[in-house]
Amino acid sequence: MEPLLRVEDLRVELPTRRGLRPAVDGLSFDVAEGEIVGIAGESGSGKTMTAMTLLGLLPHGARTSGSARFDGRELLTLGRRQLRDLRGRQIAMVSQDPSTALHPILPVGTQVTEHMRHHLGLSKSAARAEAVELLATVRIPDPERALGAYPGQFSGGMRQRIAIAVALAARPRLLLADEPTTALDVTVQAGILRLLDRLRRERGLAVLVITHDLGVMSAVADRVAVMYAGRLAESGPRAQVLATPRHPYTRGLLDALPHPEAADDPARVALRPIPGSPPSLGDVPAGCPFHPRCAFAVPACATDRPEPVPVAAGHLLACPPDPLPRDGAAPVPEGAPA
Amino acid sequence: MTGATPVPAAEPTLLELTGVAVEYGRRGARVRAVDGVDLTVAAGEVVGLVGESGCGKSSLGRAAVGLEPLAAGSARFLGEPVTTIGRGARPGRLRRLQMVFQDPYSSLNPRRTVGDLVADGVTLGGGSRAEGRTRAAALLERVGLPASATGAYPHEFSGGQLQRIAIARTLAADPLCFVADEPISALDASAQATVANLLSGLVRDSGIGLLLVSHDLSVVRQVADRVAVMYLGRVVEVGTTEQVWSRPQHPYTQALVAAIPRPDGGGVLPADLPGDVPDPADPPSGCRFHPRCPIVEDSCRTTDPRPETVAGRQVACVVRAAPAARADA
Repeated sequence: MEPLLRVEDLRVELPTRRGLRPAVDGLSFDVAEGEIVGIAGESGSGKTMTAMTLLGLLPHGARTSGSARFDGRELLTLGRRQLRDLRGRQIAMVSQDPSTALHPILPVGTQVTEHMRHHLGLSKSAARAEAVELLATVRIPDPERALGAYPGQFSGGMRQRIAIAVALAARPRLLLADEPTTALDVTVQAGILRLLDRLRRERGLAVLVITHDLGVMSAVADRVAVMYAGRLAESGPRAQVLATPRHPYTRGLLDALPHPEAADDPARVALRPIPGSPPSLGDVPAGCPFHPRCAFAVPACATDRPEPVPVAAGHLLACPPDPLPRDGAAPVPEGAPA
Repeated sequence: MTGATPVPAAEPTLLELTGVAVEYGRRGARVRAVDGVDLTVAAGEVVGLVGESGCGKSSLGRAAVGLEPLAAGSARFLGEPVTTIGRGARPGRLRRLQMVFQDPYSSLNPRRTVGDLVADGVTLGGGSRAEGRTRAAALLERVGLPASATGAYPHEFSGGQLQRIAIARTLAADPLCFVADEPISALDASAQATVANLLSGLVRDSGIGLLLVSHDLSVVRQVADRVAVMYLGRVVEVGTTEQVWSRPQHPYTQALVAAIPRPDGGGVLPADLPGDVPDPADPPSGCRFHPRCPIVEDSCRTTDPRPETVAGRQVACVVRAAPAARADA
């Protein structure tokens, strides 16, 4: 049976001053019911544009090809009306900043029940009862009273939980969470991650988590896709990709993070940033887009475009030299740029 | 942990905060954002100040350099009081106490060249414009940018580069000590690593003292020698980075450390700390953390804990300070 969401060879081109340029280029992944899939990458890697494509919210003049099937329906060719019925009802989104996602001068209750009444046709009282239940699910204290309160009366973490409640109001099957915890403190983040995990277990909710935080990814995602400059670098089961990464870019992202396991090392290791910065749209290098920043690049990397190929069960890698050790140890290549 | 950690007390204390309190007015009422904090920064030392948003860490950082008036207590730099900035010029003796702000997009004037921006610190210290220009070029190279950047404008740089320019601008005043308020949280992951390395390198090489304010514990862990953890206006634990990170004692520090997800592919959900930070205008009685505390006892509701030595660091927790708990730890 086909998974709830199947994206195949997705290509999204955005208009720039120099014509159409690909923001997403040949991306494929699946999300099954009850599954959490993570997309990782730096800003500008095409993560958010992927989510916008699934919602049919691309900027004017954008062009798509490939396929994105949700529950057997092709999203890329749906009309405006059909997309509008799908958005919120079947596919919902939570974005990074809860203060912009919520309307500041509408009571929380109105914002949570709006979707229920529009999409599910619930009566006012039925919607209200369900809203109370939903706010309790996302652990808002005293949900009855919260319905009459305004977003500004809640803390950042509570606002994000309310935004999740709004997204879940019409009982969607797929939740797109774009950096859902980036603006939050770690303790609040822990609560949101636990909530997402509970929702997928209890409701079979499928979640696509988009984040640059590999710690967040490691905590909740079943499978992980790492994107660079609009292309898939590597994807596979969480443990494989994060514990034994095969792509030098994934390795680089992990090495740029502080290492908690090195806490007992008195001489703390300096962080190892990836040299250079990601290419901008329309300025993507030929061959492998990562090759100018890669410590393992060979001459072919500058000319031949790497395609993702299976290297283990469910593990795709777009790096033909495949230079990393298999034990997950961080290699220090000779002559690596400082 | 014996002998493995540096002894910061050997270096002279640059910045000394004693019983510092900061208040803000809110609808006629006074809210104490910082309530009685003691903290020191020595030469060549990075002190990390961590806590959730609203805990008062930024207010404390700003009060330390004289950007907020003190409601109580004292802030001293090289033994002299840090006067609050007003309409008049900041006293010359405070020139070597500086600050780096969170957002380089708003802390750098977009209509001035990078060279002029960096040279300010030199000219304000009595240097000529020519000296300023030469020194600006040298400082930009020190933070990893080409000397040719002096002629460019801020919009020509990325966020990480701008923050390095802001740091060069601070260094131009030849500081002995500076406060950096979330200097890397507005940056991309890889740029974060670059700026964090730059800050710790500067401190180690030139013996500057740094008070690093951040909500990101993992970055502070990587850079700081000592860490102070704040909760609702109070410091609840201070110790060496290794002590606080590997063997946290205060239940709030333990919750913070446990909430950090590890990027190891293990699929372990971080531990949740139930509840929200209470309103600082109406802090809980006794220990301010008691309504959320997993090891709360009756006395916590009434006794306001003062910092005591527990397992070699300062902890403000009556349960942890009790002899029975010490035996367990």
